[in-house]
Amino acid sequence: MSVNRMFRTCPTSGLVFHEPAEKLMRWNAVAAVVSLLIGGLLAIGVVLTRWQAVHLLPPDRFYQYLTAHGLNMLVFWIIFFEIAVLYFAGSTLLKARLATPKMAWAAFWLMVLGALVNNYSVLRGDSSVMFTSYAPMGAHPTFYLGLILFAVGALIACFVFLGTLVVAKAERTYHGSIPLVTFGAVTAAIIAIFTIAAGAIILIPTFLWSVGLVPTIDSLMYRTVWWAFGHSSQQINVSAHVAVWYAVAAIVFGAKPMSEKVSRTAFLLYILFLQLASAHHLLADPGLTSHWKIFNTSYAMYLAVLASMVHGLTVPGSIEVAQRQKGFNHGLFEWLRKAPWSNPAFSSMFMSLIGFGFLGGISGVMMGTEQLNLIIHNTLYVPGHFHATVVVGTTLAFMGLTYFLIPVLFRREITFPKMAQWQPYVFGLAMMGVSLFLMGAGTLGVPRRHWDIGFAGNAFAHEFPGAAWLMMALAGITGIIAIVGGGMYLLITVWSVFLGKKIQTPGFQHVRAKDGIAPAPKPVAAAIAAHHPGIGAGGMVAPGTFALAMVFLTAFVLYYFINWKYLSTVWPLK
Amino acid sequence: MSAILPPQERVWWKQPLDRVELIWIVVALIWCLIMFFMMPYWHIYGQQNLSNEAYRSKPEDFVRKTEAMIAQYKVREDGGDLKVPVVRPPAGSDVYMVAQLWRWYPILELEAGKSYRIHLMSLDWLHGFSLQPENINIQVHPGYEHVLTVTPTNPGTYSIICNEYCGINHHTMVSRLYVVK
Ligand code: HEM
Ligand SMILES: [Cu+2]
Ligand SMILES: [Cu+2]
Repeated sequence: MSVNRMFRTCPTSGLVFHEPAEKLMRWNAVAAVVSLLIGGLLAIGVVLTRWQAVHLLPPDRFYQYLTAHGLNMLVFWIIFFEIAVLYFAGSTLLKARLATPKMAWAAFWLMVLGALVNNYSVLRGDSSVMFTSYAPMGAHPTFYLGLILFAVGALIACFVFLGTLVVAKAERTYHGSIPLVTFGAVTAAIIAIFTIAAGAIILIPTFLWSVGLVPTIDSLMYRTVWWAFGHSSQQINVSAHVAVWYAVAAIVFGAKPMSEKVSRTAFLLYILFLQLASAHHLLADPGLTSHWKIFNTSYAMYLAVLASMVHGLTVPGSIEVAQRQKGFNHGLFEWLRKAPWSNPAFSSMFMSLIGFGFLGGISGVMMGTEQLNLIIHNTLYVPGHFHATVVVGTTLAFMGLTYFLIPVLFRREITFPKMAQWQPYVFGLAMMGVSLFLMGAGTLGVPRRHWDIGFAGNAFAHEFPGAAWLMMALAGITGIIAIVGGGMYLLITVWSVFLGKKIQTPGFQHVRAKDGIAPAPKPVAAAIAAHHPGIGAGGMVAPGTFALAMVFLTAFVLYYFINWKYLSTVWPLK
Repeated sequence: MSAILPPQERVWWKQPLDRVELIWIVVALIWCLIMFFMMPYWHIYGQQNLSNEAYRSKPEDFVRKTEAMIAQYKVREDGGDLKVPVVRPPAGSDVYMVAQLWRWYPILELEAGKSYRIHLMSLDWLHGFSLQPENINIQVHPGYEHVLTVTPTNPGTYSIICNEYCGINHHTMVSRLYVVK
């Protein structure tokens, strides 16, 4: 077997990289960043058009840009980065060689090809159908073809990752169970596999329909299956960014999961309970019963929401424990005040956690309630919600991880370190603003994907309240700041990776795995009996986190019932 | 020793939970149950529930029913040159509204406090029925005739805008709905 067994040990982090895996991670990360750049440029057009005072683009361009923005951001940026994370969690964290690097390259190039083909179709101008491409509105066949190619590539990459786990197990590169972060990545990969299966079930017939081989596509069937794909893919993101939270907590603080059992069970709940929760996208659709909707959005008790609430506690909780053990044990919040707020990996991760929970999580559960959905369905509330989940949550977490990866993976120093300190705040806070203002506009009824809420020249023009226009202006301003924050990230990463100062490893040489890798360290016998003696308060190891969790719960309960109150004032309906 | 290394204790699943985690799991679970029960509760005691009544219909049939209603209950035209019929159907009756690229048809005039069975269907692509400023939003499918029993509360002029992207003139798909005393 001519498998490349080259490894290197990173001098700063002590991580062990398998050279072919490392190269794949780098290329996937670069493809991700290129997609982010394209999506970010398009965001300028989108956000400045929706800010009615500017109203930058004509309608055809606006819908075209919006379609491409959604695809490049939600699909290409996120998934390329996730593949890099999978290889990192599989190969690097397990100190294992990547299974079949050749297949991994095939996967990569398929994904690149798919992304190019899909972007080409949108560029043509006849495929401005939004990333959801709801049939019977049709796009050019290359639109679906591009997505299918991309998905096949991603599927192969998932299997390469799973293969790597098998290799690691067989070659005994670790002792005991896989690390929690890898476990999270496995969760993401498993969800990805059945997500892509759902994608195939809907995109392949739609592609055949677009070339005339299938006569019709039913709109309700399309939406039902499409969301089995579209929603679960968001679950990949959640699993991946939660894994990144744990990873950053471990890297920055040496934090240990509060309890492996709880965190792993929570990941398991994602696998078990998220797929069908996609029903919450269909709450305002005819032809489905309330029983079906309630059951599939709740599984009797929202077990997936429970899982996110658990991660939301255990990640900061583990940081708190680590900080208290280091001596920051005073009061409720010394551990948090003394956290390294100028380390962009940490600040990104923490804002991601807070933004995802408070803005994305609460709004998501509200929207996913059968009756409450009526007052926000298809309004700007929806993009407001998912810019909190997928941008503040996932994107910001990935940005934070990049600051760690540039030195260890690309072996370059971060250029513009001062700017890097600020970047998470500029991007994160502005994006939280965008989310809030879009949600505000949605609450006032402003539709999503809409070129002109002024309805200029229309006999039946609707007049939105002044507050709605104000929300759009504020979303425009914060949007531009967020784009600047995104630009800072791109500048720092691209400059560091291509022009940054090289980190030299003295005596660096390629070593065969067998000779080069020291046996995995024996687990130290743990003095766990008294758990964490001497830290915390009130019988809790992480009282500060608990207090934060209570604040969160209070906000959640209040907001939830405020919306019921609001619903009770609209026209009776049955 | 940390989340990026294998668990330190081989038998990690036997480690006890900390009090923080345990309390939080219980509290969160209770909250999730409350949220679950809110939905059936509202079906029984709440006023705003989306109807489950829907039929498969052919566009021709739906248009025929709509035209019949217009012929019977038309009271005037609206929208200047557009000459969109305004119909005032009797309370409690079946009322039809067509969604198509890019208009809502016809315009309804309803009586406050009275209930109507509004049939909603698209003839072509997906559309979004968004009643403003009430902010009631419902997906409209081609071929699925959705029957909603609606009771307008306050008299006034309302707008129906399309909030499901339906092509290049999506933003022009807007109409009226009148509620009178
Ligand atoms: C960099 C700053 C960003 C700004 C200012 C921004 C702004 C916006 C705005 C204003 C909309 C349009 C809402 C509408 O008219 O319906 C939108 C849509 C969207 N954005 Fe962003 N966005 C940004 C970054 C991102 C990122 C990083 C992601 C994903 C990771 C993302 C994913 C999406 C998606 C999926 C849509 C929906 C497109 C559709 O409705 O088809 N955005 N964005
Ligand atoms: Cu429409
Ligand atoms: Cu529309």
